[in-house]
Amino acid sequence: MKILLCASKTPDTTAKINFTADKKALDANGVQFILNPYDDHALARAMDIKEKNNSHLTVIHAGDAGSEAILRRALSIGADDCIRINLEPADSYTVAHEIAHAIQGENFDLIFTGRESIDFNGSQVCSLLGEMLNIPSIDFVTDIQIEGNLATLKRFIDGGEETLQVNLPIVISATKELAEPRIPNMRGIMASRTKPIKVVEPSGDAALVMLEQFEPPVAKTGCTFVDAADAAKLIDILHQQEKVI
Amino acid sequence: MEENNQGSGNFVDRFEFHDYYLTEEFLTEEHKLIRATVREWVKKNVTPIIEDYAQNAKFPVHLVKEMGEMGLFGPTVSQKYGGQGLDYISYGIMMQEVERGDSGIRSTASVQGSLVMYPIYAFGSEEQKMKYLPKLASGEWLGCFGLTEPNFGSNPAGMTTNIKDMGDHYLLNGSKMWISNAPYSQMAVIWAKDDQGIIRGVILETGMEGYTQPEIHHKWSLRASSTGELVFDNVKVPKQNILPGVKGLKGPLSCLNNARYGIAWGALGVALDCYDTALRYAKERIQFDRPIAGFQLTQKKLAEMITEITKAQLLTWRLGVLKNEDRATPAQISMAKRNNIEIALNIAREARQILGGMGITGEYSIMRHMMNLESVVTYEGTHDIHLLITGMDITGINAFNG
Repeated sequence: MKILLCASKTPDTTAKINFTADKKALDANGVQFILNPYDDHALARAMDIKEKNNSHLTVIHAGDAGSEAILRRALSIGADDCIRINLEPADSYTVAHEIAHAIQGENFDLIFTGRESIDFNGSQVCSLLGEMLNIPSIDFVTDIQIEGNLATLKRFIDGGEETLQVNLPIVISATKELAEPRIPNMRGIMASRTKPIKVVEPSGDAALVMLEQFEPPVAKTGCTFVDAADAAKLIDILHQQEKVI
Repeated sequence: MEENNQGSGNFVDRFEFHDYYLTEEFLTEEHKLIRATVREWVKKNVTPIIEDYAQNAKFPVHLVKEMGEMGLFGPTVSQKYGGQGLDYISYGIMMQEVERGDSGIRSTASVQGSLVMYPIYAFGSEEQKMKYLPKLASGEWLGCFGLTEPNFGSNPAGMTTNIKDMGDHYLLNGSKMWISNAPYSQMAVIWAKDDQGIIRGVILETGMEGYTQPEIHHKWSLRASSTGELVFDNVKVPKQNILPGVKGLKGPLSCLNNARYGIAWGALGVALDCYDTALRYAKERIQFDRPIAGFQLTQKKLAEMITEITKAQLLTWRLGVLKNEDRATPAQISMAKRNNIEIALNIAREARQILGGMGITGEYSIMRHMMNLESVVTYEGTHDIHLLITGMDITGINAFNG
């Protein structure tokens, strides 16, 4: 069985987010980047399946050479090889399109994405990839068991949980319930030295989304207390100052 | 305690690394991956539980196997014998991150890697290496190291523990004191004088007749680490258990050299943890309607802490480069061990003051670190002995005896 993990690079969960002066990009100064945490859960489950079925696990990522530290970590955990699409991702469609393009003819049986990346929270790559590859896509998966060519999946739905059975190949997006992330060990780090990261150029098709600018949320201000007896003042603030009524 | 591996509830390790002079630019991507990996492991497996173990004076023995699986034991030993074949900066980084969690857990790793695996790796026979190193590297076995005796601490050359040649075996008598890992160990490397008064390395296995490993209780320091004695009462030692490759005090001293090097990095981890805790607390703690980080006296403390940490980071990184090139002298290692523990102790004490009363509780790591360092400043060469090593190195005159 061939398994593919689609991995994103995101700022660390504790990073302080600022934008460049023209508001066109994240100010990466002092920001630590990590493997998107949902992808980390997916990687752990992919490793479980790989170890049980003696499968081959490839990690694919769209990003520049600065992403290789994150890919090296995935290799240290046990992925067999990586493909890096030499492209700064602009939107979910481009990422899915480039991944589908890069893996043409590879026939992966099981493709993982995270449920979303924790920076842009798009949650689209899984469904887009399913459509582009013409295979079933299942979002927000909490459990997956593989028997031969049949996958039994659980996923969250409104007010409950759904169990599905579907034939491979499929693409699924992982929730944090899917597996506890793994930590590499020194043996894995040493082994990753010789594992290949193949760099491929993107197809060159233009992104569908044009970025105008980023706008950080307005900083939260303190709470204003208005005396209960002074309703007129409250109405005045809401009407004149906050302009909400 | 063994079932309570999840600690006492909601503890979140908020540690963030501090690198004022961007020293990580000296590191390779692999070094950084190792650092991130060990930090992740410590945040997940050590800091959430260590306070309970320390408060209860219990050794979290389940961590031994985990440390083995992580590759924290003897990482510089070659892969042929179960090690990783990593460089000394990697080893230092691991010790920094583990001791950031707790000096006692770092002590377990130091003893296993530098004091037990190293002498077997450097001075052992091929049979000894194949028999012991893989088990020690994986954490299947825990080892301990016996040099210090009740009456011979800073002066190990005076040791009285001895082996007598009985023809087909040796007879071992004597005792060793302040031995980390001793009560839980399956084997030991101990140092004893032979019939000619020459110091030899001896491998012992738990269960040999006449060999006992009683625990030392009621410590106020390294409470999450197990310390004991080793007592030898006519222990029959097979001749193949002697380390063939070394004679004299340079055997144990070369082990200590490696351990001290790791401790220099480890103490830096403690200093970073205390500084990080104090900095965060000072920014969040409001007194007189403003964060206490805004007061000059708090800023003086914090600014001096990061200055000392930065100096120590540069010193320690440079020592790592020299160690990788096999050029680090024992005196250079002494300087780093002594300096880094001293600054870590001072930072722990100042950080404790910034936290006020909270600083003495187990809610924060500072007081545990401070108490741990009282052992670290003494073991593997005391603070004063390391000063005399530097003194001897720069003057050429030995001041140990006078």
